[in-house]
Amino acid sequence: MNRFHFIDRRKNPKGKSLGNRQRFLRRAREHIKEAVNKSIRERSLSDLDKSEKITIPSKSTREPRFRLSPDAGERRGVHPGNKEFGAGDKIKKPPKSGGQGKGKEASDSGEGEDAFQFTLTQDEFLDIFFEDLELPNLVKRSLKEIKSVAWRRAGITASGTPTNMNIVRTMRNAHGRRLALGRPSTKEMNELKERLFALERISQPSEEEIAEKLALLEKLAAMEARRRWAPYIDPLDVRYNAYEPTPVQTTAAVMFCLMDVSGSMGEREKDLAKRFYMLLFLFLKRRYERVEVVFIRHTHHAEEVDEETFFYSRQSGGTVVSTALEKMLEVQNERFPAHEWNIYVAQASDGYTQSGDAKRCVEILDQDVMPISQYYAYIEILDERELEVFSDKDSGAELWRAYRTFAPRWKTFAQTRIAKPSDIFPVFRELFAKGQREAA
Amino acid sequence: MSDPAVRSRLLFADSDWDFDRLKSAYNAIEEIALGDLGLEVYPNQIEIISSEQMLDAYSSHGMPLMYRHWSFGKHFARDQQMYSRGFQGLAYEIVINSNPCIAYLMEENTMTMQTLVMAHACFGHNHFFKNNYLFRQWTDATGILSYLDFAKKYISKCEDEYGLGEVERILDAAHALMDQGVFRYARPPRLSEADRIAKAAARLEHEQKNFNDIWRTLPTVEEPESDIEEREEAVRNIKLPEENLLYFIEKASPVLKPWQRELVRIVRNISQYFYPQKQTKVMNEGCATFVHHYIMNSLYERGMLSEGSMLEFMHSHSSVVFQPDFDDPRYSGINPYALGFAMMEDIKRICEHPTEEDREWFPAIAGLSTRGGDWRDALKDAWANFRDESFILQYLSPTVMRRMRMFALSDNAKESHIDVEAIHDDRGFRALRERLSSMYDLGAHEPNIQVVSADLDGNRRLTLRHAVHNGRTLDTKTRDEVLWHVHRLWGHEIKLDEAPA
Repeated sequence: MNRFHFIDRRKNPKGKSLGNRQRFLRRAREHIKEAVNKSIRERSLSDLDKSEKITIPSKSTREPRFRLSPDAGERRGVHPGNKEFGAGDKIKKPPKSGGQGKGKEASDSGEGEDAFQFTLTQDEFLDIFFEDLELPNLVKRSLKEIKSVAWRRAGITASGTPTNMNIVRTMRNAHGRRLALGRPSTKEMNELKERLFALERISQPSEEEIAEKLALLEKLAAMEARRRWAPYIDPLDVRYNAYEPTPVQTTAAVMFCLMDVSGSMGEREKDLAKRFYMLLFLFLKRRYERVEVVFIRHTHHAEEVDEETFFYSRQSGGTVVSTALEKMLEVQNERFPAHEWNIYVAQASDGYTQSGDAKRCVEILDQDVMPISQYYAYIEILDERELEVFSDKDSGAELWRAYRTFAPRWKTFAQTRIAKPSDIFPVFRELFAKGQREAA
Repeated sequence: MSDPAVRSRLLFADSDWDFDRLKSAYNAIEEIALGDLGLEVYPNQIEIISSEQMLDAYSSHGMPLMYRHWSFGKHFARDQQMYSRGFQGLAYEIVINSNPCIAYLMEENTMTMQTLVMAHACFGHNHFFKNNYLFRQWTDATGILSYLDFAKKYISKCEDEYGLGEVERILDAAHALMDQGVFRYARPPRLSEADRIAKAAARLEHEQKNFNDIWRTLPTVEEPESDIEEREEAVRNIKLPEENLLYFIEKASPVLKPWQRELVRIVRNISQYFYPQKQTKVMNEGCATFVHHYIMNSLYERGMLSEGSMLEFMHSHSSVVFQPDFDDPRYSGINPYALGFAMMEDIKRICEHPTEEDREWFPAIAGLSTRGGDWRDALKDAWANFRDESFILQYLSPTVMRRMRMFALSDNAKESHIDVEAIHDDRGFRALRERLSSMYDLGAHEPNIQVVSADLDGNRRLTLRHAVHNGRTLDTKTRDEVLWHVHRLWGHEIKLDEAPA
């Protein structure tokens, strides 16, 4: 017999269904993207690179088959568990308007699996997030990269691979053990052997010499035994260097998000701004161990707020951009000393400010902000029409023109106008290019 | 358990499994399965897999090899979500109708479960696959794996050549017609015909070699004259009405290119392969459950299983054959394991200890064991020669109907009341049995749609007819969606009638 065999498949390569998953994501692309965009609007900056549970309508991935209508004709069936029915009984159907009606309504929009929920991995999520931003591939890769680690020495262990053996420590242990166990040294043995040979060369040994020779032989045998019992190097002595992965760069960065929240900034503007902040955040997160984010919103006066308020609550008032810069400096002075923190500032605005204020902004920037900042990015959010009007870099609203005048003095200052997600990346181009060079 | 001789016969004492234990358990099971029950099985190939691999297998019809398609990815994502949130457990095993018979065992199973699963899958299902007439006639256990291998490679080549989207379009459409893509009454040609596969592969090769950029603008890759003739001959041989829509479309569609016809054929063949399984759920599970139950009990009687293992086994066995009542919130129809197991046990009982009623209902097998016959033969005969519909019609006994307290309902959409037509009493038994049997007649509860005409020379309109049974028309929403898919495959006007059968 024995017509059987076992196969252990557990070690087979994983992810056999990966190809199917890719096809599924591709198929439902549109809806997944919609869901991702929605989630970008809803999730906070710091959760950006987590895996994400998303829900898509099942419409795009429905697999229809011919089905018999549930509410036509006659259905017959046999069921178990009869308790009180007798043949010929009539059972009143539940009223149409009640449960059944509701059930039908729900099924109209998609047969029970209306919403299809599943989890996107971090990679898949970022891929879709990056799609609109039109990032160069190299940048995409480096943003997704898991923080690099360095193997640092972490003491000595008793187990490890031969290549990591710590010779000095091993020999020291062996030496100590040999001393403690009284292992006769080779030198000692040799001296005794010399003496023995000398005795043996004597042709007519005296009785004393014969006794000494016998004693010597006995002693040598004992020493030999002891040497075997206490070896030169014992596995117990061996020590290895231990290594531990440690994240490189333990520096900290703070990212200031400044945004105009006056009435002219609508849903679309805020959404674009959010993507802008997200991208910068991702970049910082990759480069720094610790990233703090400070949200400062302003109208005609500025205040520090939490993320929720920053993106979702509205305020009315005029627009004085310099207040935000002052607020930022105040927070920075209080909590983020420039010698301990790398300071990044991202400012988003629709470009309008009280007349005369632009000059003040430039002053603050030039004298106080730029000297302590690693990088300052300014985006002006326009609608597509305006973008065409302002295709010339030198023309523009007051704030834009004012920034243009001092920008050339600071390499770390970037400004751009955006109307759609793909416009965002260019503002960071310098920053990422720098990152690449440093990484290389 | 105080007798050391008995204790030493235990196959295992705790719940961990290893390959040595699996082997000794397999041998002990085999001795009972072949020696006592006299089962006849394909060689077994038992594969140990992890839960992730089980999920993989789940999503692609449980087949070890499957072509790539997004719907498998979707099912995987759903199952994974359900599993990781704990809403749904995984099956303990999956078994494949192939030669050798492949059974997957999950590594998380305890040794008791592995024993149970081997008895269930490697002998119960395996015997059924090898002996039931539907499987013998309609599927090709030896050829299925190499055919799937061919299908997977062929489809992935097509994806390279014609793009994911084009392949997906055809597969989606063919999937929509899978239920109407089987021969129900005529025996289909064997799928593994080596020359057929070789021919298809050669055709693909030929297309690739002769691929010339100049011809790119041509709407179709040319089909060789000989193939066209052969295909047209096949179309002429089709006698309308034709029940196998996929077959008809594959042969007669005016717009499909050769490789697209091949894709349709692959989907059709896979659908045909699974068709017997759909028709024998109750019997197949009943057979496997009966076998594992018998074997586990025999092992216990022989002192090879401990009481602890036996308790674990009984717990899992009774949850498998659990049948909630119709008014229980867990009720979702008749559990094929419960019905199948009850009927198999009942056949054994009728052979061994028949009542007067049994003698009247089942003169052929009642008291068979007391007349020098063997209940094993009665069961094996049933397993070999019936499918669910005919099996129930033949073997469902008053005892089982009474024990399950069955009753038949009729629900006419026009009426305000549901009628109780029959219950488990002397007047109702025959009606109940017929009614239950017809529930397992796929022809009756799956829409019966046939090709009634196709104007191949004129406007190329394809006319389908749904034979309406008991006034149950098609659900309009899914109907329109499916017709849209049919249109993709046919390329010209489609008409669908609904007429009372």
